[in-house]
Amino acid sequence: MLRKIAAAALAGPLAARPAQHVHQAVAKERAGSGGVYQPKALTAREFSSLEMLCELIVPGAAKGQAAAFIDLLSSQNRELAAIYTGGLAWLDDTMEHRAKATFLAARPADRAALLDQIAYRRNSTRDLAAGIRFFEWARRMTVDAYYTSAAGVEELGYLGNKGMTEFKVPQTAIDYALTRSDLR
Amino acid sequence: MFQIIRPRPAADVVVIGSGAGGGTVTKVLTDLGVNVTLLEAGPMLNPLKDFKEHMWPYDVPHRGSGEGGASYFGRGRPFGWFSAHAGGWELDGEPYTSAEGSKFMWFRSRILGGRTNHYGRISLRFADYDFKPYTRDGIGTDWPISYDELAPYYDKVESFIGVTGSKEGIRSAPDGIFQTCPPPRVHEALIKKAADRLAIPCIPNRLAIITKPTNGRPACHYCGQCGRGCVTASNYSSSQVQIFPALKTGRVNLITNAMARELITDETGKVTAVSYIDKTTRSEHEIRCRTVVLAASCCESVRLLLNSRAPRHANGLANSSGQVGRNLTDSVGFSLGGQVPALVGLPRYDSDGMGGAHLYMPWWLWDKKLDFPRGYHIELGGGYGMPGVGSFQGVCAQHEGYGESLKKAISDDYGTHVGFSGRGEMIPNAETFCEIDPNVVDRWGIPVLRFHFKWSDSELKQVEHMEETFTALVETMGGRVTGRRSGPASEKISAGGEIIHEVGAARMGDEPSRSVLNKYCQAHDVKNLFMADAAPFVSNPDKNPTLTITALAWRTAEYLAEEMRKGNV
Repeated sequence: MLRKIAAAALAGPLAARPAQHVHQAVAKERAGSGGVYQPKALTAREFSSLEMLCELIVPGAAKGQAAAFIDLLSSQNRELAAIYTGGLAWLDDTMEHRAKATFLAARPADRAALLDQIAYRRNSTRDLAAGIRFFEWARRMTVDAYYTSAAGVEELGYLGNKGMTEFKVPQTAIDYALTRSDLR
Repeated sequence: MFQIIRPRPAADVVVIGSGAGGGTVTKVLTDLGVNVTLLEAGPMLNPLKDFKEHMWPYDVPHRGSGEGGASYFGRGRPFGWFSAHAGGWELDGEPYTSAEGSKFMWFRSRILGGRTNHYGRISLRFADYDFKPYTRDGIGTDWPISYDELAPYYDKVESFIGVTGSKEGIRSAPDGIFQTCPPPRVHEALIKKAADRLAIPCIPNRLAIITKPTNGRPACHYCGQCGRGCVTASNYSSSQVQIFPALKTGRVNLITNAMARELITDETGKVTAVSYIDKTTRSEHEIRCRTVVLAASCCESVRLLLNSRAPRHANGLANSSGQVGRNLTDSVGFSLGGQVPALVGLPRYDSDGMGGAHLYMPWWLWDKKLDFPRGYHIELGGGYGMPGVGSFQGVCAQHEGYGESLKKAISDDYGTHVGFSGRGEMIPNAETFCEIDPNVVDRWGIPVLRFHFKWSDSELKQVEHMEETFTALVETMGGRVTGRRSGPASEKISAGGEIIHEVGAARMGDEPSRSVLNKYCQAHDVKNLFMADAAPFVSNPDKNPTLTITALAWRTAEYLAEEMRKGNV
């Protein structure tokens, strides 16, 4: 039995094997909506607003399907959904007060001015605290979505999950690190 | 409620639990021609279906955060969604309790192979002095066996399961039969230089991973994902390495989803049957047996003894000494890491390697007088891990902001962290033990364990020493310590059970009044009752317990087979 498993495992490329049932589930999810993600927890307007926020946090976030990731999890978790519907409404309300426009419709400079404030804990005031807390959630989950996507993995330069017959470390890499430390 | 069914002739040996101990006993007994009935509280393992090896986070919609983003709310699976453990510190319907003022975490894996499917594979022999702690420093209790008595079994286990390492001649870390360990990764090479400067030995790691084909198992393919379970069985798991082959002999009657409830005894006190619950039907069954080997994990085996009460042993079976449940320990755990500027901008390479570090630091001050007894070893972390949910939480919290500057911070930070984890020896104390909680039963009506746990100054002082050492290592590398917590050691030390090295709650010894088992892990009170998990340990040295569990179990199984052959049991 053991040998049979090993033989089956080594027959194909290492990365292609055991996850097939999961691949199929994801493919099914997409196929059902014609390849375009349909929001499940957020309204279409909220979702557009979230897509814009994600893209501002991590340029390229759309390649990581960040908004879809957040919406899907929110559809399974009311606590998370409340964080996002509440946070997106906070963004709209705050922009309305400042610039008479929703977050989505506001001028890029007005959006940037608001994000420059809520992206840092040190700016916490009674007026901004809720926005800062929401932004931490959005940043954390957008970063996760992007860097766990194929695009993010490639950008980081993670080269693993392939398997290899022999483990080798390039001497140039060791020299690089030793030269830059004082441990030569 | 339960339907009692009494079929089948008596089994030769019933082994309860299929982890490191139960798997080893099953392998050794079946090799010797003995028939084994093996009970496992979880389901059968199917590596191809159950292991998540080589999956990317984007292969699942939740990317590994779990349904509803559970990990964002502290409710994710321990060790991440991809881990192969099939269990955790909390199991639905199988509670345990902690006494007031105590905190204990009890990790259980319910699947064929138990915790060996996911464990860290660190395989360290105990040192000669570890078997005689009382003789050496007057604290604790000596083992009834010496290093030399166990060494041949370490040899057998290492030869069979395959362990990496190198001959070093360090007294605290006896050499074994080793396969070649792959070379250090870049951060590990840097750590070794720092350790050299601090005169701390830093040597090739000893992991139960094969780097050459062994007994029909192909060599490691260096994907770094041992914790997800290895489809090619290139690391040790009792399920794949011992039980699957044993099943082929035709001498194993494997019963899965079987939760042992009680050991039934006759008027002479011998075990005559094991009562268990078939979880799939919630019906109760009995298997008559000639001999029983408890290998359900230290605390689960002890629970079974304490729940096996009869008029002649009202405090539990094999417990005339009152020591069942006592002398429980876990390893001391403390971790500290740092960010290393010398690693920023490093040319990228595939650093996956074995699932674990390629180097480790054995205890190096065993002949020095310190302000705490015993010692610890150091495990290393770092490298370019597969990006996952939460991987960049630290840099997000530190850098804040957004946009291109955040992306650059993440890219610069990736792979530049190192981590050090100390695993040290806890001295058994009177305030740390487990017992039956009279108020609570699990979903099958079986009374549950209540834990009492307390660290002493010995362990807290050790944590202070770890913190100083790890700080020196990070700083010698030119790094900056991250995530240091303020406060006393009592707030920094791991929780009891968190390191998952719970051992010793039915210890061996020569004196029946002070120990539960004799030197062959046979109960003093019950001649046909043996134990083959970590319950027999007399102390909990700074070496992860699994290799010693397997060596002891091998020895116990050979002894048992010989005693059966002689007609003594």
